[in-house]
Amino acid sequence: MAGSNKTNPTPPRWLLAELSYKCPLQCPYCSNPLDYAKYPDELSTEDWKRVLSEARKMGAVQLGFSGGEPLTRQDLVELVRYARELGYYSNLITSGYGLTEEKIVELKQAGLDHIQVSIQASSQELNDHIAGTATYQHKQQVARLVKKHGYPMVLCVVIHRENIHQMPEILQMAENLGADYLELANTQYYGWAHLNRDALLPTKEQFEEAEKIAQAYKEKVAGKMRIYYVVPDFYEDRPKACMNGWGTTFLTIAPDGTALPCHSARELPGLDCPNVKDYSISEIWNDSKTFNFFRGTEWMREPCKSCDEKHKDFGGCRCQAFLFNGDMYSTDPVCGKSPDRYRIDAAIASARELALSGTEKPLVFRNSKNSKQLC
Amino acid sequence: MTINPDLSIQFSPLHRLQWEEAQQKYVILYPEGMVELNQSSAEILKLCDGAHKPAQIVKALESKFETSGLSNDIHNFLNIALQNGWIKQD
Ligand code: SF4
Ligand code: SF4
Repeated sequence: MAGSNKTNPTPPRWLLAELSYKCPLQCPYCSNPLDYAKYPDELSTEDWKRVLSEARKMGAVQLGFSGGEPLTRQDLVELVRYARELGYYSNLITSGYGLTEEKIVELKQAGLDHIQVSIQASSQELNDHIAGTATYQHKQQVARLVKKHGYPMVLCVVIHRENIHQMPEILQMAENLGADYLELANTQYYGWAHLNRDALLPTKEQFEEAEKIAQAYKEKVAGKMRIYYVVPDFYEDRPKACMNGWGTTFLTIAPDGTALPCHSARELPGLDCPNVKDYSISEIWNDSKTFNFFRGTEWMREPCKSCDEKHKDFGGCRCQAFLFNGDMYSTDPVCGKSPDRYRIDAAIASARELALSGTEKPLVFRNSKNSKQLC
Repeated sequence: MTINPDLSIQFSPLHRLQWEEAQQKYVILYPEGMVELNQSSAEILKLCDGAHKPAQIVKALESKFETSGLSNDIHNFLNIALQNGWIKQD
């Protein structure tokens, strides 16, 4: 920018390439935006290659191919090969749907570094119910094949009220499958999970019990299987350092080429997120309004502005502030210092009441029909 | 889990050691993570190639940097690397 003397921000390290919003599954906690059906466009292979090489030049090194289901893209192998040539460490984040042994080998030869398979639960019935598709058997098979072909095997299970009681079985299943890493991701309440929160949020007792079991198992399998435990911040007193700070580390590119500082930023009003079809990655990262919006601490209000923890958590998550407080500049409501903390407590109480009364609230599944109806 | 002096050391096939031009340093890459290395750690790990035993790594580095007395530091680092799963012996 002419006349600007601001120093350049730190370069992106992680690139999340959301190749497609298409997905044969319908997880009710999906982090894709509710209105994803409005954005059916997908970047061409050439556009993706340009994105990959520009981001790599700036310093991005970890690359996630996700979606939706990235396997729906016909050019996946070609993109993986290109990413390998550029020196990325590439991760395929998949539901496993449609992944054959042949494809696993082909991707390996193209230079894919690891495959993360998500499983919805430790039993077939619950897995297939949550996924909205019969996929359990196939996922188990895929997990074994991933391992067989020498990839580090990462199993990801999203935890919520419908499966949290299966924690011991989930851990056992991961060990039996020979997972090198198990990611136990407590649901983060954005996108579809926000919509389904009353039915998905575990009670505090459930959460504490599950955490105890997972932590004990962590020690048992130390050196064999690494367990990443993503905490649900609702039961914390401080927010997470969302995205390691806005525009410092993470760059997400949505299927239609929209560049986002975090994968839910699309939900925030007035950001005018730039598209890679119109700008280079360095213009987007360094100069765009969107990526500078919440960079640093200038934008903050009280209580964050004068808080001595602001360099630790950066005021928390902008999307959570917007979803709960209707104000994306406000302090993350999870924070004990936020005047809006009562909103989180109310959400916890409301989910708890449903959980304890045993009232079933139907889940809204993530599919195009629901997406069109909702937005 | 500690380093066995009689076995050679291999870099883990589940991790990747790579020079990063943009950062001007070596990094270890693994599923969804990255560790940035200082120069001495990188020099040690580059010798974890399946051909060197611990004492040979010490010797190679002492001669490369024309110094002595590196054994303790190198062993400490190798133990950390083993515990983190970056290297293995078998
Ligand atoms: S969370 Fe489920 S529905 Fe959403 S993209 Fe992943 S597999 Fe598909
Ligand atoms: S007031 Fe803001 S900066 Fe301070 S701890 Fe809470 S969220 Fe973080």
